[in-house]
Amino acid sequence: MAKRFIHGKTNPSSTVRRRRGAGVGAGAKPERMNRSIAPTAPAAVVRESAKVAPSARPVGMGLAFEQPILKLERQINELIALQEQKGIDYGSEITQLRGNLAALVKKTYDHLSAWETVQVARHPARPQTRDYIEMIVKDFEELHGDRRFADDPAVVTGTGRIAGHKIMLVGHQKGRDTKEKITCNFGCAHPEGYRKALLKMQLAAKFGLPVVSLIDTPGAYPGVGSEERGIAEAIAVNLREMSQLATPVVCVVIGEGGSGGALGLGVGDRLAIMQFAWYSVISPEGCSGILWKGSENAADAAEALKLTSSRLEQLGVVDEVISEPLGGAHRHPRGAAEAVERYIDRTLRRLKALPIPELLEQRYQRLRRQGEAALQEQG
Amino acid sequence: MIQNFTTTMTAPASRPARFVRPHRHVDVPEGLWLNCPGCNQIIYRKQMEERLHTCPLCRHHFRISARQRVNMLGDPGTFEEMDADLIATDILAFHARKSYHEQLQEARKTSQINDGVLTGRTFIKGRAVLLVAMDFQFLAGSMGAVVGEKITRGMERATRENLPLVIVSCSGGARMQEGAISLMQMAKTAAALGRFHRAGGLFISVLADPTTGGTTASFAMLGDFIFAEPKAMVGFAGPRTIANTIKMELPEGFQRAEFLLKKGFVDRIVPRDELRSTLARCIDYCGK
Ligand SMILES: [Zn+2]
Repeated sequence: MAKRFIHGKTNPSSTVRRRRGAGVGAGAKPERMNRSIAPTAPAAVVRESAKVAPSARPVGMGLAFEQPILKLERQINELIALQEQKGIDYGSEITQLRGNLAALVKKTYDHLSAWETVQVARHPARPQTRDYIEMIVKDFEELHGDRRFADDPAVVTGTGRIAGHKIMLVGHQKGRDTKEKITCNFGCAHPEGYRKALLKMQLAAKFGLPVVSLIDTPGAYPGVGSEERGIAEAIAVNLREMSQLATPVVCVVIGEGGSGGALGLGVGDRLAIMQFAWYSVISPEGCSGILWKGSENAADAAEALKLTSSRLEQLGVVDEVISEPLGGAHRHPRGAAEAVERYIDRTLRRLKALPIPELLEQRYQRLRRQGEAALQEQG
Repeated sequence: MIQNFTTTMTAPASRPARFVRPHRHVDVPEGLWLNCPGCNQIIYRKQMEERLHTCPLCRHHFRISARQRVNMLGDPGTFEEMDADLIATDILAFHARKSYHEQLQEARKTSQINDGVLTGRTFIKGRAVLLVAMDFQFLAGSMGAVVGEKITRGMERATRENLPLVIVSCSGGARMQEGAISLMQMAKTAAALGRFHRAGGLFISVLADPTTGGTTASFAMLGDFIFAEPKAMVGFAGPRTIANTIKMELPEGFQRAEFLLKKGFVDRIVPRDELRSTLARCIDYCGK
């Protein structure tokens, strides 16, 4: 399998933009190649800059609220080009502008609305499950199929090592380019995706491998085949069985946590969420469609649903929020991947130390507490 | 046609799902006579009610409240209700065009119960059971923290006291106004069922019209026995969401109980007048 995040490989922004604009046209390239548009700079640079200042390279076309950032980035790049061209030293100006850029990125991302957060979670360059596999899972061996009906590309499963822990990985895959998106159904799994995940998780439990689940889906697929083959039953069985798997289960929402389709891979000992990911009982558009009879009020719905990481932490739905690099995971995939890796390592160390009966009791009590603050005895 | 309920669980990001229209919940208008949606004939209300709220001409099963269900299934006067005083607190302070707080107050008034489910111990033909009945009149029978908690407590009691568990689902899915907390009730109830299952408990899931979304995708599909009322709408995603997704007409009878039976997800379709004896027989067969 081709490496997606190739060390030292750069992607000039112009190429990124042309490919994005071309849409399906990118299909002329081998599918895997297109993934390499995600990183914005050589890995070594990202790794370093994640801690100090954002990379000056624009990421794709950007979201509406990112435009001032992208504009400033273009100015910096032009200045650098000019400097090389004319041999004039703009060093101090560039340093000044980079300082401004860092401040602007921080200011923008410190005050994202719920709806803007949803946009970040859906950003086309945001790392997906296969990107995390590429970045943090060593010796990944993919395992296919549910041995009932089919192999669902919307769910990826396989063995590998994260921070030295042998694990079974399960996760949704939304797809990056048009072709892969269609193959993966945009991350909307069919019943066979949930059944495949369960089969591999039960395999893991049998041999004492912890499970790591990466959640990133708009929702389970609403189609005729999906209903005919029992999507509701498949999710329901996963909820029951994951609650009892005799091995540690760590779940991380890396992008979109779209309702039951997300929960179907989301029951475990710990649930973490990335800073700019969302998790909700319904998508903001869906909620808007119901309450306002149209998707125009998705921003209001996003606010009302309290679907951001900080609100979910307050509500006790998630155990921890994993901070993203300045400006979001899409600007620094490696920084994001390293944060996820550290979280998984730390969490697995704790969970592996528990005897299985104690682990299962704590898992049950964790679920048992869900919603206790949302009810009271009348009187 | 039943169009006035919801599923919250399934809409992909760009498509609106159907959801609760809490003002349209009672199937049967007041009056001596009524129009049967099954056969489109005018029928005598009293006759319909005497036949367990089914049409005397076509046996269309009218939707009934949780209280009516409990009275219909249990031996008279044996229902001991649990947790009747649990109420929702509107933890998100959810406010759209109407506030959830107001919706709750209205629903309590209309349905005469505190939230969307009744739970308790009762007897069915002399056999002790833990009975759960969902109420579509209360915000489309949606599952929020109170519904999830009451059902979980019911399951835990059934586990402790080795009681057969009977749940009659009638619900549009998870309750949108409680956000991710309502989603977590699916996991909570499924986990409690897991323990009940391990302890050898008998769970009979009865699907009434409609059972959709997060209710179907949690306990409703986890019965040792799964029975459905005739023509009950049972599914995950709403038909309109699906039709919008696939841009095609849906097959005839799609997501009806008979469709699920054919596809292998329901054990048997049980008309309302046979439900009590069917449940009693199941309990006997399983030695409970
Ligand atoms: Zn009729």
